[in-house]
Amino acid sequence: MRHFTRLLLGVAAGTLMAGAASAADLTVGFSQIGSESGWRAAETSVTKQEAEKRKVDLKFADAQQKQENQIKALRGFIAQGVDAIFIAPVVETGWDTVLQEAKDAEIPVILLDRGVKASPDLYMTVVASDQVHEGKVAGDWLVKDVGDKTCNVVELQGTTGSSPAINRKKGFEDAIASHANIKITRSQTGDFTRAKGKEVMEGFLKAENGGKNICALYAHNDDMAVGAIQAIKEAGLKPGTDIKVVSIDAVPDIFQAMAAGEANATVELTPNMAGPAFDALEKFKADGTLPPKQIITESKLYTQADDPMKVYEEKKGLGY
Amino acid sequence: MSNRLLPFYATLLIAVVAYGLCVMQFPNMFSTRVLGNLLTDNAFLGIAAVGMTFVIISGGIDLSVGSVIAFTGVLIAVLVGWYGFHPLVAFAIALLLSTLFGAGMGAIIHYLDVPAFIVTLAGMFLARGLSFVITTDSIPIGHEFYSTIQSLYWRMPGGGRLTVIGGLMLVVFLGGIVLAHFTRFGSYVYALGGNRQSAELMGVPVARTTVLIYALSGFLSGLAGVVFSIYTSAGYPLSAVGVELDTIAAVVIGGTLLTGGTGYVAGTLVGVAIQGIIQTYIVFDGTLSSWWTKIVVGILLFAFIALQRVLVLVSSRKAGALAPA
Repeated sequence: MRHFTRLLLGVAAGTLMAGAASAADLTVGFSQIGSESGWRAAETSVTKQEAEKRKVDLKFADAQQKQENQIKALRGFIAQGVDAIFIAPVVETGWDTVLQEAKDAEIPVILLDRGVKASPDLYMTVVASDQVHEGKVAGDWLVKDVGDKTCNVVELQGTTGSSPAINRKKGFEDAIASHANIKITRSQTGDFTRAKGKEVMEGFLKAENGGKNICALYAHNDDMAVGAIQAIKEAGLKPGTDIKVVSIDAVPDIFQAMAAGEANATVELTPNMAGPAFDALEKFKADGTLPPKQIITESKLYTQADDPMKVYEEKKGLGY
Repeated sequence: MSNRLLPFYATLLIAVVAYGLCVMQFPNMFSTRVLGNLLTDNAFLGIAAVGMTFVIISGGIDLSVGSVIAFTGVLIAVLVGWYGFHPLVAFAIALLLSTLFGAGMGAIIHYLDVPAFIVTLAGMFLARGLSFVITTDSIPIGHEFYSTIQSLYWRMPGGGRLTVIGGLMLVVFLGGIVLAHFTRFGSYVYALGGNRQSAELMGVPVARTTVLIYALSGFLSGLAGVVFSIYTSAGYPLSAVGVELDTIAAVVIGGTLLTGGTGYVAGTLVGVAIQGIIQTYIVFDGTLSSWWTKIVVGILLFAFIALQRVLVLVSSRKAGALAPA
């Protein structure tokens, strides 16, 4: 019994100390989908960093890819009386009830990275990237880089039918549409994976006279580009010079490739969705300004001129 | 105190102590809001766990629970969303199918004398596969009936909400308690789990009881699916993966013997509540990994299995000591 009393006292003391330490202005609950990809893990670490930087008390809940866990976490946040809720929803449907509860409790909800099928007045804003724009930034870079020269592009698409694959393809095509010297000669899916990217690139190289007819590769994500770079090297060509490589996502490995001169450019899908969300929230708390219903994150272009090794060092600790 | 009730009291004590410790650290957890959330958020788990309690008391197991929940949800979403059925009609069809599905598994288990583990494992794959054949997407259910049900709740003092599905779970538990302890079917289930051969000799209709037990579990899984579809207003073939294991954990933590014969439906409710309390605590804390839920549940399972084993050994030694006298 004495042990039990001591335990209780310990817990009570801990509570008091925690109360004294957390003089944070804001408490924000963040319901994350899980950690299914490197990007997702990076998003989680960046969100935690941003919260720490702004002295926000972040309550983090990992839903292990399950919607029921996310709904439970949201209800828990509401019961706790947090100041705001961030959520990266695992599916688009089924959020109406719990979002209504948050609204009734006057807790603003900000969606990160993905949208939901629910009435827009149930959440404050969505912070997400514009995938068409990402493709366009990649295309614009190529247009500027090749100038008036003729350039045959091969394209490694993402998973067939997935929205990033459709949108990133469209954006790139829009960018090169008015430049007759650049055209896509071959386009196939590489499923967003390294292995498939390499395999499909090998096929492209064989079909295009050992790669001599290819001027540039556009990959819908960096992983496929990294695989394709391997294939280009094995075919005896120099990636980055013989065949230009441009891709999207900006994961650490592509910066290593850029530092080695094997990749030319990447467009960042920023894992920092929370930064703009915190900005919007702080503004709202300060003077009641409502943000626009959609906040588009920056799709930043990185090239070999941007000191890739430095970016690599910054990014590698984020959990990619 | 009877040995049989000891695991139940142990569970109850753990639940109360755990909740007390949580409240000491986060006073906000002592609110009707959290209570309402526990009921609403665990409604589907609790309802399925009642069915699982009967199955385990009878000495069996039902691994198809999670898949049947997903299948029911997808079926309802398709019937309502694509074919324009009224949700109540869709519920009836879904419940009928899930009950028949359970009865079918029960019949195979009994007449072909196949272990329940294998039959319900096959059932798990079958139901999950069927849901994916129907659709691979999450289908929203936008019927008015759904929004009406979702907006119905009793506002408890303190702002907590007792929702329709939370209330339904309590009703199912009450029904389960009555069925287990006050009906002939209930005593057959206990007899079957205690010792099948002597049950047969005593005149328990083994075939009918087995089929009925799995039909009941199928029906309650279907009902859990209905509740889950109201909970998320959508049908999604990937939902409720592994829920069968959570229900088994709730049943065992609730003091039911995995080998059958002993157990309490009320204990299962406490088992569900303990899992819910752990999850709520983790959300309130906000820094712990959510996987701690699994770790704590794992530890509790080990503890309860050990406790039950010790109780069995102690009582058999007592019996042994009495025998020569």
